[in-house]
Amino acid sequence: MSPPDKRSRSAAYLALQETALQEQEEHAETGGPVIHIGLATCGIAAGALETRHAFEQVLAERKIPARIHPVGCLGHCYAEPVVIIDHPDSGFPPIFYHEVTPGKAKMLARLFLEEGDPRFEHVYGAMKPNDLIPSVMEFSRFSREHRVVMEKCGRIDPGDLNEYIAEGGYRALDAVLRMDPGQVIETVTASGLRGRGGAGFPTGLKWERARTAFGDKLVICNADEGDPGAYMDRAIIESDPHQVLEGLAICAHAAGAGEGGIYIRSEYPLAVRIITRAVEQARQAGLLGKNILGSGIDLEVTVFQGSGAFVCGEETGLIQSMEGRRGMPRHRPPYPVSRGFQGRPTVINNVKTLAYLPLILQRGAEWFRSLGTEHSPGTAVFSVVGDVVHPGLVEIPMGVTLRTLIFDICGGIPKHKGFKAVQIGGPSGGCLPESFLDIPIDFDSLTEAGAMMGSGGLVVMDEATCVVNVSRYFLDFTQKESCGKCTFCRIGARHLLDILTRITCGNGRDGDLEQLERLSRDIKQGSLCGLGRTAPNPILTSLAYFREEYETHVQDGRCPGMMCRPLTAFYIDLEKCARGCDACATCCPTDAVFTTSTRKKGIDLDTCVKCGECVTACPPEYDAVRRVSPAHLAPVVERPAEPVESAADKPENREAP
Amino acid sequence: MDSEAGREEAALLNRLRTRLADFEKDRANLLSILRMIQETFSYIPEEAIYMAADHLDLAPSEVYGVATFYNQFKFNPPGKYPIKVCLGTACHVKGGDIILENFERKLDIREGETTPDRDFSLERVACVGCCALAPVALVGEAVHGHMAPSKVEGLFTRIQVEKEMAEREKRRHESAR
Repeated sequence: MSPPDKRSRSAAYLALQETALQEQEEHAETGGPVIHIGLATCGIAAGALETRHAFEQVLAERKIPARIHPVGCLGHCYAEPVVIIDHPDSGFPPIFYHEVTPGKAKMLARLFLEEGDPRFEHVYGAMKPNDLIPSVMEFSRFSREHRVVMEKCGRIDPGDLNEYIAEGGYRALDAVLRMDPGQVIETVTASGLRGRGGAGFPTGLKWERARTAFGDKLVICNADEGDPGAYMDRAIIESDPHQVLEGLAICAHAAGAGEGGIYIRSEYPLAVRIITRAVEQARQAGLLGKNILGSGIDLEVTVFQGSGAFVCGEETGLIQSMEGRRGMPRHRPPYPVSRGFQGRPTVINNVKTLAYLPLILQRGAEWFRSLGTEHSPGTAVFSVVGDVVHPGLVEIPMGVTLRTLIFDICGGIPKHKGFKAVQIGGPSGGCLPESFLDIPIDFDSLTEAGAMMGSGGLVVMDEATCVVNVSRYFLDFTQKESCGKCTFCRIGARHLLDILTRITCGNGRDGDLEQLERLSRDIKQGSLCGLGRTAPNPILTSLAYFREEYETHVQDGRCPGMMCRPLTAFYIDLEKCARGCDACATCCPTDAVFTTSTRKKGIDLDTCVKCGECVTACPPEYDAVRRVSPAHLAPVVERPAEPVESAADKPENREAP
Repeated sequence: MDSEAGREEAALLNRLRTRLADFEKDRANLLSILRMIQETFSYIPEEAIYMAADHLDLAPSEVYGVATFYNQFKFNPPGKYPIKVCLGTACHVKGGDIILENFERKLDIREGETTPDRDFSLERVACVGCCALAPVALVGEAVHGHMAPSKVEGLFTRIQVEKEMAEREKRRHESAR
């Protein structure tokens, strides 16, 4: 038997650590610059693969002895593709470059890697404090974050197990395997960790129930992140998959399960590939499979792909789907911890919950409790999107206010516009106005405000957003995703959607708002699972905080946010429109812009689809396109019977500046 | 008729029987089987549903019921360039529906349909997880961020140009031989 001392390491682990450290040392000895490129889905979408290709090309052509190090996601989506160049010989610290296009990459490779000029005009910041370049830690986007679960994201290669081990990975598992499961659960309970899937159920309690259940047990990592606007689970799996696997193995040991599964959305092909490869690597290294790290404990892990049903994020729906059925949630109790997959006790935990575990068991429950608030210890990961200057993933301690998160960390609202509302928790959450910006973010205070933590999706809306339209959007989503089991959810949500659609089209009636409220409350009561019970939340909160906006839609047919297209119209201010300019006419997808007899432009309201492209195209010095609501306010300009020759058609104007 | 496509499909169906044998006769494998079918054909043909039902000893209606429950499974063959428009929260706020409309108008099909020449198919997806680039559209696997109506035009021009380039290349190749 191994000694009970927690600090001792098993021989198997020491061997793995040895190899990992050796590899790290080898890299350090080779020296030379290292180019870290963020290659998660968001980076790739922004063109990181092209950037890598450009680097590879130049390095090969000019025989520069630099190493390209693919990493995951740093969470700074606004800056993608992100490249960090560590060039010790140049005398500069590692430098963070943002929006590195292939052209920029080639330039940096030549000028910085070869000649040692970091090109200050392209530098975002240095990764370490130094005297030459301001550190990124001086920006509040970096300094106010507190990375715990995302600590290694964007720093290590997700495809390399050794890098994770060199950072101390799997050390917690090694210790846990020689601990009594009860002791592990005690630590987790003491840490106060609450499930990060949204509901915030105490993790320790869930495990305790599973441990005392009878039967062949199973643990599942729920990576079915269906909430539109939230992508932190994907980012964690794509950047640091082994941390999740280690958490899963710890959970399996605590619950006494010999089998584990990862239920992941198939809409995330890269994440599926990365986690599948990680499972394989861990198995070959003896970290999963039979006799883990020589402890005599077995854990087989399989990756199961979901098939695009939002409701399968609900644990009973997820189980149904794994059993090969329609993913319809069933009544609880019995909870999955007593009767889950094929009747076996099943523990289901969210990706983030599992990813916290190695850290909690390594640093202790006290450390975790020191972060966040009393009832919601730890940190929270948010994906802040919408109308903010610096969108991306942000990890902050619980209890930070929304104002700090949106204005201090994410840079506030772009284009000098005002803040209007923030939707927290995706389609199940609520829409909160400015007066709620100072509430601390934790499980309980958000629920109190009518929103919920949910998956951590946070959509910021500026004053040019229509809350009625956004509520309609969320309901459209939940209504489509309703599994159809409960009548209120199936038919009620549809009815809510019909009313909202009517309102956003200018056909609202008296009594609509009251009916929305009543029906919303009924749906909440009459539905079985979280989807139906929370689907009306966006409507209820927006009705409570933005009622006057609904009223203007119904009574005046006016959309204050100018978002409901049937209620708005575009026209061109002839005072400002420049004669002979064709910017708006050439970009209009439906040819609704015509030339007036005075050779200015007008918009044919019958063919206009209100896409707003002409607003973007109109040169700022003219700024002639206007949008009004209600639609009848737009002045009517007749289209001339004979098309007027536009400026661009004249040959002498073609080459004019 | 589309004899070539038809023959190819028949050959695939023949092979499907052997591939099905790799799966254990366990209902829990149903989704994996459906996914395998979709990967093979790019959609789920009717015959394949019968074969899957037969393999697992289930009623075809049961298999069909499961397949239609999940958004991933398609029952129409996709186009050569499958276009997906993201209508996640961030994309909606930034006008994703306008982008979808532009594609619909340009291709003259509705979402969920395929053009008659099977070149393009159009669908909406809930969220592809790159919200910071909203609005987003995917052509095949390639993600295009910060879409605008004029960029829709640009995409088609690009596809057209690529097609012409490939054709020219092919012709040059042939004349060289």
